[in-house]
This record gives sequence, C-alpha cells and structure tokens, in this order.
Amino acid sequence: MEQPLKLKVNGQFYEVFEKPWRTLADVLRDNLGLTGLKESCDTGNCGACTVLLDGKPVKSCMVLAPQAKGKEIITIEGLADQDRLHPLQEAFIEHFAFQCGYCTSGMILAAKALLDENPDSSEDEIREGLSGNLCRCTGYVKIVEAVMAAKEKMKQMKVAKNNSS
Amino acid sequence: MGPFEYFEPSTIEEAVLLLNKYGNEAKVLAGGTALVNMMKKGVIKPGYIVNIGCIPDLDYIRIDGDKDAIIKALTTIRRIEQSQQLQPKYGMICEAVGQLASVSVRNVATIGGGLCNAAPGQVIAPTLIALSAKVKLVSVAGERIVRLENFFIGSGATVLKTSELLIDIQIPTPPAHSGGAYVKYSRGGEDYPIVGVAALITLDSGNKACTGAKVVLDAVAPTPMIAHKSEEILEGEELDDKLIEKAAQVASDESSPIDDVRCSAEYKRKMVRVIARDAIKRAAERAKSAV
Repeated sequence: MEQPLKLKVNGQFYEVFEKPWRTLADVLRDNLGLTGLKESCDTGNCGACTVLLDGKPVKSCMVLAPQAKGKEIITIEGLADQDRLHPLQEAFIEHFAFQCGYCTSGMILAAKALLDENPDSSEDEIREGLSGNLCRCTGYVKIVEAVMAAKEKMKQMKVAKNNSS
Repeated sequence: MGPFEYFEPSTIEEAVLLLNKYGNEAKVLAGGTALVNMMKKGVIKPGYIVNIGCIPDLDYIRIDGDKDAIIKALTTIRRIEQSQQLQPKYGMICEAVGQLASVSVRNVATIGGGLCNAAPGQVIAPTLIALSAKVKLVSVAGERIVRLENFFIGSGATVLKTSELLIDIQIPTPPAHSGGAYVKYSRGGEDYPIVGVAALITLDSGNKACTGAKVVLDAVAPTPMIAHKSEEILEGEELDDKLIEKAAQVASDESSPIDDVRCSAEYKRKMVRVIARDAIKRAAERAKSAV
C-alpha cells in the first residue's frame, strides 16, 4: 500500500514511502521529524497543525500527504534564516505571545501568510486572518500585539532592502 | 483512516470511469476538508479514493460578456472570495464564500466539493441559488445540467449519481438594477451558520418598485431553502422598512430549523426574521446603486 511521495519542505526535497491515507501532518511529523507543527484537535478546527502550502496557510491534518505533491511546504522550522529569527518569531518572544506554545507555530505561520499577502493589515484584518487558529492560554491579546509589531518590523525591513538594491 | 486504494486520474474521462467501476465504494477527493474529516471520524469508509485534484483545467473562473459566468469545480473558495473577475457583477458570491470557516479552510476547500458535500449551512449554495446558478454533471453516460435549487435533496444528499462528477457552476448575469447580499449569523470563528440568508433584489429602472426578489435561507432546513412566500411579499412593491420587515417575518414562518448543539429551533426561527431583514435591506440598497 505504501507509495513513493516526493515533497518539497522548507526548500529541500524529501522522498518518503507512505500509505496514501496518511495526512500531511503525520508525514511531516513522523517521517520527516518536523515536530514544530502540533496535532491538537485532529478535526481541522484548532489550526495547531497549520503549515504553508505555496505560501497559503492550510491545516495539515486535513490534507492527505499526496495532495501536497508539487507544492512548496513551509513549516515553522523553515522560517528562520539560519540563526536569524523571522520578525514574527522575535515579536512573539518580545511580546510574550505564547504560554504552552502549542498553537504558536500555526499562529506564526498563519500570521506570516497574512502579512505577506497584505503587509498593511489592520488589527481587525489580523484578528480575522487568525480566526482559524485557536489559543487556550493567552486570550489572544499578546498574539495580536506581536503580529502588529512584526508587521511594522517587516515593513521597515522591506524598505531597507529596497533602498539597498 | 484507510485503508483505501488511491487514484490520481489526469482527465475527467479517467475519473468518471473509475467512479463507474467502483460505484458506492468510491469517493471523490477535491480539497478534502470535508472528506478527510468524515474519514477520520469513521463516518465513511470508502475503499477507493479518486483524487481529481490533478485534473487540469478544472480550476478557473471565466467571465465572457453577458454569457453565463463559469466557475470550475476545483476553484478554491479563497480564490473565489478574492476574485477581481467576479466583481462587481457577481460580488455577492465573493462576499458569501468569504464567510465560510477560516482562511486556512478556504485555501483548500473547493466550490465543487462544498456543493457536493451538501451540508446544511454550507454558506456557498444559497447565494448561487439566488443567482439562478446551474451545475454541470458529467458521467460515463454523458453530461447534464441541473438547476442548483434542484441539486440538493436532503442533508448531505444531492441528485449526483454514484458515477457522476460535478465539473462546473454556471451563473447567469444578474438582471440590471440588482443588488445581492449574504448575511451569516453564527457563534463566531469558523462555525457553521446558525442562520444564513441570501437575498437578491431587482428594482425597476426608476429604482422604485421591486421587479424581482430571491430570498434563500441557509441552515434552517435540510437543504438551502427558497422562501417563496417571502419573495411574493416583495415582488411588484415599493420596498420600505415595513414591507421588508413583513417579508422577513414570512421567511421566518417558512423556515423549518431543528434544535441542535448551537441553539434551539425557536431561537433560529426568530433569528431568520432578523437576518432576512438585514439581507433584504442590504440587497435593496445595493440594487439602488447598481447600474
């Protein structure tokens, strides 16, 4: 029943042999050891399993692994640039936007996709954009603060990059 | 989940042959947001999965003058939500589908899959029904077109035969001086609606009398429900708050919600009046400013 499956994850190609009914979440965690994403509700409601597929947030527990063929998958492990954390990761630390951390990787990736698509997202748009990611610890206040702060940092970095090129 | 045999047909013909061969034992995988969940919960245990996601040319929106707009079955809900092509003529569709679940679900869920899943309160269908949409179904025997209001026959049930595939949705140009709205009332977040109402109002050229009204209720019957009596109240009349209120009350009387985990049937019925009033009012205002 196992079938070969080639996946591109965080810029690298992997080939696994797996049953087609394994979800993307299972394969990323169990076969590739990328345990940053969490399996929490397993019904596509909480968003703890969020990864980016071609830049778009999806719930990896609801996607069969073969459906991710030919797509660019980004997990939380792929966000930092070697030792340099992404502004969202830095902001989550600075603003203490996590407690148990279970929702965090999904929350950060969903926020990244949101800000990549709309760098000027308002607070309402951020809240709406993160509505697929549940947090049982923080009450969301610090999370939204962190995303707002990261938004400004990301805009500044983009301006600096444009100026230097 | 599983075990199942897994296929990735590369053409519609291959797909319908597989569905014909395996009959009730096979399920179609499009986005998978509904199917994977049902398989995980053990609600269904198909022996064969036919992933139509690899079939080319099933993922686009085409607007061609006054011809029917075409939305192919594998177009994701998110793509429809953000479509500039659908604006402004079909903006009501973008507004409606954008209220389904959350971004991460809409990035994967497809319009074809959503319609075929036929969940009560699925958000997508009432707006399309208000716009008189049709669906094209293809099988080994050929193809047929079905009006969307006739596509649903019960909660989770459609007229799709086991070997049939829904391949596109066809939406006529709304009449001139029309405005539409879909209002969803839910507990919040990704939740299904407690009540949803799609309204399409057409006014005469003087923007006075209503020459056409569509009021379609979501989540308060096993299928999307056209509130015919509510529509009759509005048609041929000048719309004012009192008349809209009356039509909304009639829509509420026509609905047949059930008690469920969200709230009581009684509460849902009362909210039909509120939400129908909001949807009709919004549609009428948009009709006034429409060309």
